[in-house]
Amino acid sequence: MKKMLFSAFVFSLVTGIAVQAQTLQIDGSTTVGPIADAFAEYFKRVHPDLDITVKKTGSGDGAAALVDGRCDIATMSRFMKEKEFKDAVANGVFPVAHVVAMDGVCVVVHPSNPVGALTTAQVREIYADKITNWSQVGGPSMPIVVISRDTSSGTYETFDELVMAKQPMGPGVEYVNANPQAHARVKTTPGAIGYVGIGFLDREVKAIKVDQIAPSRQTIASGVYPVARPLFLFTNGYPKLGSMVHRFCSFYLTEKGQELVEAKGFVPLTAY
Amino acid sequence: MLGPSADRRRPLALTPGEDLVGFIASYLGRAVLFLITATSVLAVLLILLFVILRSTPFLREFGVREFLTSRVWRPTADEPVFGALTLIVGSLYVSIAALLFAVPVGILAAVFLSDIVSWKIRNVAKPVVEILAAIPSVAYGFFAVLVLAPWMQRRFGFSTGTNALNASMILAVMALPTIISVAEDAISALGRELREASYSLGATRLETMVKVVIPAAHSGIIAAVVLGMMRAIGETMVVWMASGNATQIPHPWWDLSQSIRTMTATIAGEMGEAPEGMAHRSALFAVGVVLLLMTFVLNIVSEYFLSRAKKATGKS
Repeated sequence: MKKMLFSAFVFSLVTGIAVQAQTLQIDGSTTVGPIADAFAEYFKRVHPDLDITVKKTGSGDGAAALVDGRCDIATMSRFMKEKEFKDAVANGVFPVAHVVAMDGVCVVVHPSNPVGALTTAQVREIYADKITNWSQVGGPSMPIVVISRDTSSGTYETFDELVMAKQPMGPGVEYVNANPQAHARVKTTPGAIGYVGIGFLDREVKAIKVDQIAPSRQTIASGVYPVARPLFLFTNGYPKLGSMVHRFCSFYLTEKGQELVEAKGFVPLTAY
Repeated sequence: MLGPSADRRRPLALTPGEDLVGFIASYLGRAVLFLITATSVLAVLLILLFVILRSTPFLREFGVREFLTSRVWRPTADEPVFGALTLIVGSLYVSIAALLFAVPVGILAAVFLSDIVSWKIRNVAKPVVEILAAIPSVAYGFFAVLVLAPWMQRRFGFSTGTNALNASMILAVMALPTIISVAEDAISALGRELREASYSLGATRLETMVKVVIPAAHSGIIAAVVLGMMRAIGETMVVWMASGNATQIPHPWWDLSQSIRTMTATIAGEMGEAPEGMAHRSALFAVGVVLLLMTFVLNIVSEYFLSRAKKATGKS
C-alpha cells in the first residue's frame, strides 16, 4: 500500500499534476460516448488512481446532469438548447463548450442503386413521404424504403435539424435504434435509403453526394458537406487550468487524442 | 425431531409466559409473512398508481379523445401531436397475427406431446421446447433483422423486410413455449378415464382427440392462448428491431408486409430522450397505462380460465 502511494506520489510529481479530484464523471451523448470512452481508457492507463465513469444516456440527459451537478463533463452531439442554458444559469452553472471532433451524417443507399446524388430538398421530401419511388429522383421504378434512427439518438437530431429543417418525417418512415442496424438494413434492402455516422461507411453501402458534395473527412471537417456537425464536451465554466477536467477537455488537441478520435470513426478537427 | 424422553420432560400445559411467547412468535411470523406477500401486491398497485399519476398531466393537457383516436404520433415536433391509435393498433396487429401462427402449431404440438408420442420422447421434447423461452429476445431480434428480413425481401419481393409479418412470426416462436407448455399440462391433466371411455365407445384416436380431449381441456387451452398473447403484447426488444417502427396503420388493413410500430417499442425507444416534465414523457406514460390495462385484462381472463380448468380436472 505504502509503495503504491509512493509511486502514485512520484507519478504525480513526474507528470506535474496537482492531484485533486480523483473522480471524473462524464455523462451524455451516445454518439460522443465512444470518444469519451477511448479518452477515459487512456487517462486511466496514465493515471491509475483516477476514477472515471462514462455514462451514455443521451445528449439531453447529459445536459440535465451538468445542470444538476451530477457530472463534471457532459458529452453532447448537439449544442445546448436555449431552455437547458437558462436552466443551467438559473442553477449557477455556466456551460462552456469544447468541440472535440466533427461528425458527418452520411446519406446511404444500397450499392445496386444507380442514384448517386440528391439535393438536401430531395432527401427531405423522401423522409417526409412526398417522394416515394426512386423513379422520381432519376432511379429505377422501385418503392423507397426510408430508414431513420430513433428519435432519441443524437444522429437523428442532427439529421432532423440539418436536413429536415424541422419538417416532420412521414408516417411510413422506419426507425432503427443504432448505427450498425441502420447500416445492416440499408445493406440488405435494395430500395432503402438511410443515414449513418461517417465511421460506419464501407463498401457494403453507397454514400451519395448531398448537394453535389460527397462525404469525406475533408468535406466534413471543413463543414462543406451539408450534414456535418461538431461534437461537444460541456463543462461548468472553463475548467481550472491543469485540473483533470481541463486535461480531459483539451486532450483532443494532442496527437494521441486525434488518433483516438479517428480510430472511433470521427473526423479530428485538425484535418483541415 | 424430539425423542420420547424429551417429550416426557415437557409439561402438559404451557405456562402463561410460554403461551404468550408462543402467541407473539406465531403472530410475528404471520406478520412478517404477510408483509413479504404484501410487498409484491403493493408493488403491482404502486406501479399502476405511479404510471397513472405520471400520465395525468398529459391527459389533462391534450385529452384522452385525441390520444386514442389520432393517427399522428409526432412527439418531437415544435407543435407535438400525440395520437396513439397507430401504436395501439400496431400492438394488436402483431400479437393477433402471432397467435394466428402460434395457436394451431401450439395446440397440435401439445396434443402430440401429451397423447401421441411415447413418454420417453416427450420427456426430452418438452424441456427442449421450453428452452425456446430461454433464448434472449435480443438474439431473436438480430435473427429477425439479419436473416428473416433479407430473406422475406428476396423470397416474397416485399420492399421492406422489417414489417408486421416479420415481427409476428418471431413473436409466434416466442409465444410457442408458453402455449405448448400450458396446453400440454391441461390436456395431460385430464386423466386416462376420459380417453378410455371414448375408446371403449368405439371412437378412433382422431375422434377422441378432436371431439373429447380438446373440448374437455378447452379452459386450459384458452388460458394457454391468453398467456401466449400476453407474452406477445408485452415483448419489446423483438418488435423494436423487427417491426420497422413506422407509425402507420397498414393500408389495406390485412397487408402485413408493411411496417408498424407497437406501444412497447415506442416507450423503449423514446423514453431515453423525453425530458422530465415535458408532455412527451407524460404521453409515454399514458401509452404505458393503455398497455398495462390491456395486460391486466388478459391476465384476469387467463386466471379465470385457469381456475375453471383446475375445477374441471378436480371434478373428473
